[in-house]
Amino acid sequence: MNMNRRQFFKVCSAGLSGSSIALMGFSPTAAQAEVRTFKLARATETRNICPYCSVSCGVLIYSTGDKSKNSQGEIIHIEGDPDNPVNRGTLCPKGAGLRDMIQSANRLKWPEVREAGASEWKRISWNEAFDRIAKHMKADRDANFVAQNADGLTVNRWPSTGFLVSSASQNEAGYLTVKALRALGITGLDTQARI
Amino acid sequence: MTNHWVDIKNADVVFVMGGNPAEAHPCGFKWAIEAKKNRKAKLVVVDPRFNRTASVADYYAPLRSGTDIAFLGGVINYLLSNDKIHHEYVKAYTNAPFLIDGGFGFEDGIFTGYNEEKRSYDKSTWKYQMGDDGFAKVDETLQDPRCAFQLMKAHYSRYTPEVVSQVCGTPKDAFLKVCEYIASTAAPDKTMTSLYALGWTEHSVGSQNIRCMAIIQQLLGNMGQAGGGIGALRGHANVQGITDMCAYAQNLPGYLKAPTDADKDRASYLAARTPKALRPNQMNFVQNFPKWFTSLCKAWWGDAATAENDFAFDYLPKLGGASDTLSIFNAMYEGKINGFFCQGFNPLASVPNKRKVGDGLAKLKYLVIIDPLATDTSEFWKPHGEFNDVDPAKIQTEVFRLPTSLFAETSGTFTNSGRVIQWRWKAAEAPGDSKDDTEIIANLFLRLKAMYAKDGGAFADPILKLTWAYNQPYKPSSEELLREINGKAIKDVLDPKDPTKVLVKAGEQLPSFGFLRDDGSTACGNWIYSGVWPQAGNLSARRDNSDPSGLGQTLNWGFAWPVNRRILYNRASADPSGKPWDAKRTVMKWTGAAWAGNDVPDMRPNAAPEEMVMPFIMNPEGVARLFARDMMAEGPFPEHYEPFESPLDNNPMHPKNPKAKSNPAARVYKGDMEAFGTAKDFPYVATTYRLTEHFHYWTKQSRINAIMQPEQFVEIGEELAKEKGIANGEKIKIRSNRGFIKAVAVVTKRIKALDVDGKKVHTVGIPIHFGFKGATKPGFLANTLTPFVGDANVQTPEFKAFLVNIEKA
Repeated sequence: MNMNRRQFFKVCSAGLSGSSIALMGFSPTAAQAEVRTFKLARATETRNICPYCSVSCGVLIYSTGDKSKNSQGEIIHIEGDPDNPVNRGTLCPKGAGLRDMIQSANRLKWPEVREAGASEWKRISWNEAFDRIAKHMKADRDANFVAQNADGLTVNRWPSTGFLVSSASQNEAGYLTVKALRALGITGLDTQARI
Repeated sequence: MTNHWVDIKNADVVFVMGGNPAEAHPCGFKWAIEAKKNRKAKLVVVDPRFNRTASVADYYAPLRSGTDIAFLGGVINYLLSNDKIHHEYVKAYTNAPFLIDGGFGFEDGIFTGYNEEKRSYDKSTWKYQMGDDGFAKVDETLQDPRCAFQLMKAHYSRYTPEVVSQVCGTPKDAFLKVCEYIASTAAPDKTMTSLYALGWTEHSVGSQNIRCMAIIQQLLGNMGQAGGGIGALRGHANVQGITDMCAYAQNLPGYLKAPTDADKDRASYLAARTPKALRPNQMNFVQNFPKWFTSLCKAWWGDAATAENDFAFDYLPKLGGASDTLSIFNAMYEGKINGFFCQGFNPLASVPNKRKVGDGLAKLKYLVIIDPLATDTSEFWKPHGEFNDVDPAKIQTEVFRLPTSLFAETSGTFTNSGRVIQWRWKAAEAPGDSKDDTEIIANLFLRLKAMYAKDGGAFADPILKLTWAYNQPYKPSSEELLREINGKAIKDVLDPKDPTKVLVKAGEQLPSFGFLRDDGSTACGNWIYSGVWPQAGNLSARRDNSDPSGLGQTLNWGFAWPVNRRILYNRASADPSGKPWDAKRTVMKWTGAAWAGNDVPDMRPNAAPEEMVMPFIMNPEGVARLFARDMMAEGPFPEHYEPFESPLDNNPMHPKNPKAKSNPAARVYKGDMEAFGTAKDFPYVATTYRLTEHFHYWTKQSRINAIMQPEQFVEIGEELAKEKGIANGEKIKIRSNRGFIKAVAVVTKRIKALDVDGKKVHTVGIPIHFGFKGATKPGFLANTLTPFVGDANVQTPEFKAFLVNIEKA
């Protein structure tokens, strides 16, 4: 029976059954020869869904840490969820690369702006980003809002700003986006469903 | 999907055309393999390429890209002329017996009512003959020459095996062999499932491609049954859910048709969308439209939506005309759009004619990218060599790029192609200062709201009064949002039969959409999702995968819309007397007192068979439509039209009528018609598609996927390669009339030249996944080549059939 020191103590402290294993003559192999422990055993397992195709395979995401306040978890492994009745633990070549997507070198990390005519990005704060975008939106809406059409019918639309809504987002985000856009009067909205 | 992924295992024939699930949906496709292994099901594939799905098929037939209607019209003709239809089903469950208006006709490729100038139809004759009793007239014998069955039979009699072969390039014996497989499921106890994806939708006749299969499945009696149905294999993991939320212009959440300039007030709006039954005793379920719509208005504007103000009807914008990705980018190109947002969307890569899209973006005042990744679109203004040859100094668009979280960094639901809503749990924090999509929307909205509250501005009421009762207003939780989507009682919901009985107490979550009211007493963000979060809690998070039926229904896993029903139209799985067509695969049966079985009945539970309540409850007819009435833009029966870029000079079905060459009702913008190429300059048919290692323009950002499939290539047949002197692995240039790309040539046996209308036609296969941003080798965007024209009904671009020329680079 192979176990390292930590596992041995863990087993022993578990009580009678553990102690009896020791009594039966099993002892831990030397700590110096310790093999790498199975990483996932101490990882936090979270159930999620692959974001690629519409099979929507269940995945198990393993991350370090225990989700406590001061532990910053890092995703170390992703595999298919064997309980999911559709994919039954499998993942395809797309889904097998999920960790590299999450940790892609091209992830955006902070808001940026490319000023008119400029040739580079500039980092800005969220406050500045929201402020400038909201001002653009209000100016455009106030200038181009159509309250009535040529026939005098109330139409209340804002046709000069458009929005593509993500099909990679969850339902709740999509719903909130649609709710806000319709309240603003936007009619130029679409999603990947058509493309 | 009318059925669901696991249900594919119950099929006798799996028919794949317009899709390549072995590559694009591998983990779902395993259920086709299960059907082959355990039921001895036959897998039949029809595709321009001998693709990976074909490589494991029992039978494969080639066809020229863009000729699916000719092929499927031929199948319809085969079924009718060889009497391979499910008679009892067709008679009872379809509109085959319905008599059609005497004015309706079809001549040389054009249906009655065509207006060439407007490229559209006056559809006033595309309708049923109505009786004095207010119901549609029928002929149960199916003999009347004006019944839908006879008109259909006459329409498709032109689609002989010889014509199919002439148009599609499919050898006649291969076509007939495919027909035999399909026809084998006309037996009541045999089913075929049809799997399709963008190979059917991305054509100027996309919707009619699918209509053909709808007709075939009705003739065979394959709807509602286990192993039957039509499987739309959709794109993103939550494209089904975002479609259900109706993040597009034409509908409001739950497929409620949005108000347009034709709707002057709430009453006329509701009247136009609330149909009357067209046959006696039918459920005509859409008669409940006012309940769904009023509950949506209450969910959005709460106390501000009252009977006195038409439940805030005027707070909703009215649609003034075309509004879809193509029309929006055309308006942008014409300088009519000032601001634009791309949330998890990379249009420079995924919309046709990259040059037009880039020129449009350059005319914007401001562009906001909300994305986890640095997309090609976000850098449309930045020079990337010949892949994106632009001068930033000339582009005055202010571009913002906001980092957002990925799937692993949020909790909430995705809805798969089988309509199953499943909860996901957050696993990690997003990097840096990223925020969730909801948080970004909330912040922008609340900032605008504050500005309107302080300074006023154009029609502020819908903004100021929008319900926003979230615990953290700047960060609404997915739990709160899903409860809002499900709906709740605002006042006590009373039993209409006994008003002293309270069905749902005020403030409680609704058990289902059956409890919605049109008097303002209920609120519901999306009626079709109602039931996902009842008072008992979040049913989308259920994880009991037990399957007592053995059919793979797993009714306690997640929650399927509507009302946890896994197979739509399941009443059609039983004969008119309520007995299952195949007792070994019982989905639903009449027990003598109620409908019951291995699913949630798609029928009023106590509708006795003698009442003749038919299975297609969303149609006012109660039955399925072989004749589509006025629902489609280009005709009640699908007709073959050539792609807008065709290798032929005319439509072989109508060689003398140039009006009927390509879809007569498709919208083509000025400048785009001129940008179409001809076979003289661009002799080869091109088609775009996905690879199994990549997902759209997304995985090129992921290192391991980039290692597996690092560089743009195109596939050409051996014969064409020889003709052009191109060797395997050589770099070639592919040109269309809109631009060029360069790629490595893969010379393959998988694409063969076809003999079409006496002419040899070669196909060039173009994978789409590459671009100038990402971990893959920087390259061109494939949509540099594609034409800016869409399907006439839903405007899905014609990515699958266009013309190119090739040369050594």
